[in-house]
Amino acid sequence: MTAWLARRLLSLVLTLLAASVVIFLMIEVFPGDPAAFMMGLNADPAALASLQEQLGLNDPLLVRYFSWIGALLQGDFGTSYTYRVPVGELITQRLAVSLPLAVFALILSIIIAFPVAIFAASRAGKPGDTLIMGTTQIGIAIPNFWFAMLLVLLFSTTLRWFSAGGFPGWQAGFFPALKALILPALALAVPQAAILARIMRAALIETLSEDYVRTARAKGLSRGQVIWRHALRNAMIPVLTIIGMQFSFLLAGSIIIENVFFLPGLGRLVFQGIIQRDLIVVKSVVVVLVFAVVLITFLVDLAYVLIDPRLSKRGKGT
Amino acid sequence: MPAPFLVATLMIKTAALILSALMLVACGQSVPKTGIVLGMQLEPPGLDPTIGAAAAIDGVVYGNIFEGLTRIIDDGSVQPALAASWTISPDGLVYVFTLQEGVRFHDGSRFDADDVIFSLTRATQPGSANAQKALFAPIKAVEVLDPLHVKVTLHHPAGDFLYNMGLGDAVIVDPQSAANNIVHPIGTGPFTFVEWRKGYAIDLVRNDDYWGNPAKSPSIRFMFIADPAAAYAALLAGDVDGFANYPAPENLPAFENDPRFDVVIGSTEGETILAINNAKAPFDNLLVRRAIAHAINRQDIIDGAMFGRGIPIGSHFSPGHSAYEDLTQFYPFDLDLARALLTEAGYPEGFSASLKLPPPSYARRGGEIIAAQLAKIGIRLTIENMEWAQWLDQVFTNKDYDLSIVSHSEPMDIGIYARPDYYFGYQSATFNAIIDALTVSNDPATRDALLRDAQRQITTDSVNGFLFQFAKMGVWDKRLKGMWRNAPIQGENLSGVYFEN
Repeated sequence: MTAWLARRLLSLVLTLLAASVVIFLMIEVFPGDPAAFMMGLNADPAALASLQEQLGLNDPLLVRYFSWIGALLQGDFGTSYTYRVPVGELITQRLAVSLPLAVFALILSIIIAFPVAIFAASRAGKPGDTLIMGTTQIGIAIPNFWFAMLLVLLFSTTLRWFSAGGFPGWQAGFFPALKALILPALALAVPQAAILARIMRAALIETLSEDYVRTARAKGLSRGQVIWRHALRNAMIPVLTIIGMQFSFLLAGSIIIENVFFLPGLGRLVFQGIIQRDLIVVKSVVVVLVFAVVLITFLVDLAYVLIDPRLSKRGKGT
Repeated sequence: MPAPFLVATLMIKTAALILSALMLVACGQSVPKTGIVLGMQLEPPGLDPTIGAAAAIDGVVYGNIFEGLTRIIDDGSVQPALAASWTISPDGLVYVFTLQEGVRFHDGSRFDADDVIFSLTRATQPGSANAQKALFAPIKAVEVLDPLHVKVTLHHPAGDFLYNMGLGDAVIVDPQSAANNIVHPIGTGPFTFVEWRKGYAIDLVRNDDYWGNPAKSPSIRFMFIADPAAAYAALLAGDVDGFANYPAPENLPAFENDPRFDVVIGSTEGETILAINNAKAPFDNLLVRRAIAHAINRQDIIDGAMFGRGIPIGSHFSPGHSAYEDLTQFYPFDLDLARALLTEAGYPEGFSASLKLPPPSYARRGGEIIAAQLAKIGIRLTIENMEWAQWLDQVFTNKDYDLSIVSHSEPMDIGIYARPDYYFGYQSATFNAIIDALTVSNDPATRDALLRDAQRQITTDSVNGFLFQFAKMGVWDKRLKGMWRNAPIQGENLSGVYFEN
């Protein structure tokens, strides 16, 4: 187990290092000058030049990479070109929205998907199953931003139960902040839940055809009882993989939903950074997101081992 | 019971608990309206109007947080602000400003002549990142006479000097707080900055120690909503009370039919043009540019791109100004004439060119229409959509373009046609002479005449395709009073805005 962990950690570090180089280079080949963006159509050329100097845009490539990565290792993300505040501060503020939103959406997705999948698997092939699978097909097909707009139309502009968007911040109190995340989380969760339910149902049905399940059935357990006692745990591996991927997606990919609900999340920070050529923000956020994704993958791997200890031993042989 | 099931049950119970708690919060949340919440499409990149060009900066701080020696009010006229009065020497070279007494910055420090000197010299210093240094170019010297009197000497008479001192780029800042204004602005205005939650909102509260008439509203919140559909929903849901500039003209009819809202259409200083690269063949040929001018149907563009909101223009000048010259019929819409001009220019079969478009919908929609219009005279346009940074890089900075569409939102900016290396690639000794005369002219009548000459000159040279003056599309709660109809500058003083309950 220790060796397995060490190998995992090493690959984690290497992945991050490689990612930092790729990110840096990609951003370097990006056309567009952040200073020109900030100064507008009437900009005085001398003022433009002095701003470029201030932002350190004239240093050589390698100097910029190492000063960036060096500072990063000390936890210093640099200062945003446009906002002129530390990028670390910006990311922390945005994570305070994006992280809870992703967790909230994932929990909703699991709450919806698990019972649905178990129900469907236990009635595989029967009308109830067909109905549910048809519904999940629709859930996957609906674009989440469109679903989000429907939610806003119903709950915000018609019923006026919720704000159409925005985020009052956690300092406004736990429940008001959480309330602002309900519609976005729901909009994010429904398509994810549909995917998760289908995967889990398939995994459960596959497990149900295993020998040990047949044995359990032969001993007199009902189909439902078999699912609860035996199949569920064994069907968790593909489900966990999907959950891990979904969490990464929810954290990094909720930008469209953030736009619909004008939430100050990470996705919009990157988007704005790209538009305004606030490249230091883009670099840093992408690094943070890569780190998060790598970490989540690592945690999912760890969870596999907890569910199925054979996996870490199997790793030793290879 | 297996573990996963236990976990699932627990999660369901927790969620139910949270939801019921939230419902309680939702029910108890009918708080009475106190401050005003205004929506803005673009978030400012910083809050110091003296070192950034974004219109959104002025939209938040101008007249609200920061003030200049003079101020420009809703009818576009120049009024006293931090300078209570002034005298101008007969030769127009020396201005003596008498400052307001008893003015304090929001951090409590006293405003006096030294702050004026600091602000005006800071903008002109080498290394200053003020985007509008040209505004300060006429200043030769600034001296303190006493704490309440400042003498400004100019190199040459400058008729627009008092106007320029009223722009956001010329606001008065305090030496102690100036460097930090970009994140925490400290000015002398009727509102004090409270907090900026980036990506979400900026909060201001009324400055109770304000030297002038206090603001009517106890607070202002600017909420940044980039997506037009979200802006629409936010207004309908009551999350924001209004937009001084509503981003999507297509939604206006819906608001006009809704008794809860006022829709107020005014004008801005934004001239929307089909920018032409005058330095590049075949556009260096006046006949080609005139052919384009004859082939453009402005009303179709306004209807198609702006849903009918916008005033046709025939030159680069705001129709609201006293010196406005209506040149919209200078090149009447006439396809036969346009084709004849193209033939005369040596392009009987027309030619191909590119049209590079920045992101706003006026440009993207307008671009499609212009491409269709020019196709009728044989000019085949390839549309290239780009984001702002790309556009600034390729079109604006490197002048690597044929045609583009953009709105020039700065007020009184006809002078850009005299810039030697501007992206239009236009060079005209005649026009430069007009602008030179204008720069040193003090007499209002002479200035108006010169401004008319300037408009006629660029229209005669058909420098760009002049399309329409951008409309200010205000949408707000009917009870909200005191919002500006027009936008003579990029900011809006909100001290007179209040809720009539």
